[in-house]
Amino acid sequence: MSVLLQATGLTKSFRMRGRDVHAVADVSLTVAAGAALGIVGESGCGKTTTARMLLRLEDPTAGRILYEGADITDLHGRALLPFRARAQLVFQNPFDALNPRFSIRQSLVEPLRNFGIPAGAHAAHIEAVMQRVRLMPAAAWLDRRPHELSGGQLQRVVLARALIAGPRLIVADEPVSMLDVSVRAGILNLLREARDSLGLAAIYISHDLALIRYVCERTMVMYLGRVVEEGPTAALIATPAHPYTAALVAAVPVARVEQNRAALPIRGSLSDAPLAGPGCAFRTRCPYAMPRCETETLALRDVAPGRRAACHLVGVAS
Amino acid sequence: MRGVSALPFALWRFLRCEAFAAVGASIYFCIAMLAIFADRLAPYDPRAILRVGSRVARYLPMSADHWLGTTSSGRDVLSQVIYGTRAALAVGLTAAFVVVAIGTLLGLLSGYLGGWTDRIVTWLADIVLGLPFLPFMLVLAALTHPGTGVVIFTVSALLWPNTARVIRSQVLSLRERAWVEAARVTGCSTTRIMFVHVLPQVLPLAALYGSVAIGWAILAEASASFLGFGDPETLSWGVMLQEAYANQALSRGAWNWFAPPGAAIMSMVLAGFLISRGSEKLLFPKLADQ
Repeated sequence: MSVLLQATGLTKSFRMRGRDVHAVADVSLTVAAGAALGIVGESGCGKTTTARMLLRLEDPTAGRILYEGADITDLHGRALLPFRARAQLVFQNPFDALNPRFSIRQSLVEPLRNFGIPAGAHAAHIEAVMQRVRLMPAAAWLDRRPHELSGGQLQRVVLARALIAGPRLIVADEPVSMLDVSVRAGILNLLREARDSLGLAAIYISHDLALIRYVCERTMVMYLGRVVEEGPTAALIATPAHPYTAALVAAVPVARVEQNRAALPIRGSLSDAPLAGPGCAFRTRCPYAMPRCETETLALRDVAPGRRAACHLVGVAS
Repeated sequence: MRGVSALPFALWRFLRCEAFAAVGASIYFCIAMLAIFADRLAPYDPRAILRVGSRVARYLPMSADHWLGTTSSGRDVLSQVIYGTRAALAVGLTAAFVVVAIGTLLGLLSGYLGGWTDRIVTWLADIVLGLPFLPFMLVLAALTHPGTGVVIFTVSALLWPNTARVIRSQVLSLRERAWVEAARVTGCSTTRIMFVHVLPQVLPLAALYGSVAIGWAILAEASASFLGFGDPETLSWGVMLQEAYANQALSRGAWNWFAPPGAAIMSMVLAGFLISRGSEKLLFPKLADQ
């Protein structure tokens, strides 16, 4: 499989009270053509910022982004258009993702027009993509405005807009978290179908491990701007190597209400975490924290072939 | 198409709910009608010196022939007030248009682009807001050719910061919306995002500031004319007041001469205020709770 998108050492930092605070620190990732990568973590862990940097919506403080081997980190304006046409975004909140004054047709024409697809071909593209997201007959939807549609229908339009100009990569930032539970599976299946038939790569961003397991082969777990573990999704969920991953897995809701559940293995909240300085950011909440966790910042190290985690426990205690 | 046909409907619904705005809008409507049909509605030629027998019909009181009496030079006051709507609207609309155009453009640029553009525009706005209105206009009129041009220029040059500031703050919040980001992802240029995606959203607000600027411009024209810096050839309410003042209409008790143009100016300024007051609820719903 060829590498579609590659990022090395992505960092985004802000100055806060004279100190550099990392929203995202040294994140490296690779997405193969046609593959799906999941990024999980709780709110504020930097997963959305990472995605925005990958899509060149935000400039990284450091690090490089390569698309099909070409460095796109410093491209702006028109030079970025070819990349924009290939990498699209599905938004978290479908109610805010479409210009309220644009009809569905106008919203779909935007990418076609901007990416230089001749006007004569617009109707055929629109018809095809509306069929793909199952908004049929297309004519019944195209002249409506966003406020006339439900959340699920809007998300289909958002998906249609992302797919219409022939992308190679879809970044889905919490694509169903704002939707009713009853329509979530529908949207996820549409995305999967589109990926399968068009051979699209995808990056799913979510706090929901169940969703990630459903759609992604590989997963990256982030905590406070750092990748703490990455690997094949199934293995990562079955045998978490990092205590934080273990906590995330333990926090996944189960459908049996009566069943007794073990208390979460972690304590405290995100606000207890140290914002800067050396050491593992998770140490204040980690049940296995030891003195060296405060002094040594650990890079990802191999757990097993294709699996890495940033924890002193890895490869030592076992 | 839907949006176009929905606009008059939304406007109608708005006016029905907001009594303030409805009154303001009807005043504007009446004045517009007067201006358009001035030549048919005015009972006399506003410049004609009327005579009773061989005598000039000066200082006639209100009567069936002259509803608002006549001036010191025997001209019909009602006809002058009616024709004055034309000058008022010409000055008001031109100035309001320029104010809205400059204010919206600069507000949009500084709000969306940020950085240096924002700093320069904000800095300019702060300076202009510090300039005193009347002295600026009078000095300008003294240095150049006095007339309506100076009035329109002054109103445009000094009133745009109010519009620009409000548009800027609106744009600052709009640019964080997901659909603006979507426009970037789907390849829109910065220019296209600003003018095709964001601008239509702030136009109602711009129109509101335009309606206030109309009132300001008319007030400015009246002040300039009253102080003798207006264009004496123009038939405007300000020129009428100046003439009445110069002929000591007040001490003669000829209130039928100076009260009507005064009331006309007041109603026009009031209309702008009422519309802005009424649309406050629509544009800033949170203010209604306080």
